[in-house]
Amino acid sequence: MSDFTVELDTTGLNCPLPVLKARKALSSMNAGERLHLIATDIGANKDIPAFCKMTGNPLLEANEHKGKLNFIIEKGQD
Amino acid sequence: MAKKMAIIASKGTLDSAYPPFLLASTAAALGMEVKIFFTFYGLQLLTKDPNLKVSPLGNPAMPMPVPVPSLIQIIPGLEWFATWMMKRKLKKKGVASLEELRAICIESEVELIACQMTVDLFDFKDEDFISDISRGGAATFLEFASEADITLYI
Repeated sequence: MSDFTVELDTTGLNCPLPVLKARKALSSMNAGERLHLIATDIGANKDIPAFCKMTGNPLLEANEHKGKLNFIIEKGQD
Repeated sequence: MAKKMAIIASKGTLDSAYPPFLLASTAAALGMEVKIFFTFYGLQLLTKDPNLKVSPLGNPAMPMPVPVPSLIQIIPGLEWFATWMMKRKLKKKGVASLEELRAICIESEVELIACQMTVDLFDFKDEDFISDISRGGAATFLEFASEADITLYI
């Protein structure tokens, strides 16, 4: 797992909360900083990449570990 | 330029209230400009304390713990029970509450428009609604919808 600046654990939360909380976390971060998002919502596997693509925040890493989904999202230029 | 989404919310049951607020808050998170036009029973979604319900009556697809024949579903209290059960399930599965999604919509500048004609029709008062709403009519919605990338009627 790459380095990150902020960690956000959305364990137990369902769609669309992981996306909404990721947006909120990213909005208070600076360009180039990295968010580590943890989710248990299986839908996040598709929703987080879609969110990253539409908002211009590159998804650097995505994996599953012990039933949890991990995403590393870099805050893009506004 | 930001993509746009226009939604008409016309229903006032608990289950029907989810799609407008859920899609609007998510679309805003994706950087879209969103307006929701609330009309007829959808106006309930803008009240201060919505207290929305879900009814198994006339809804054969609603999962129930035991099968309940339609004739029994008119018994007072069954609607209350179904609503209680649904809310408990939503919470247990980590689904956001409607109030939470509505608050996120407001915070992310989704425009909530109450249809003036139905506000008048049902004699709603200003104080019935939350303060973060605007008013408009059919042309208000259509002007925005004519430029929208996504338009939904719920």
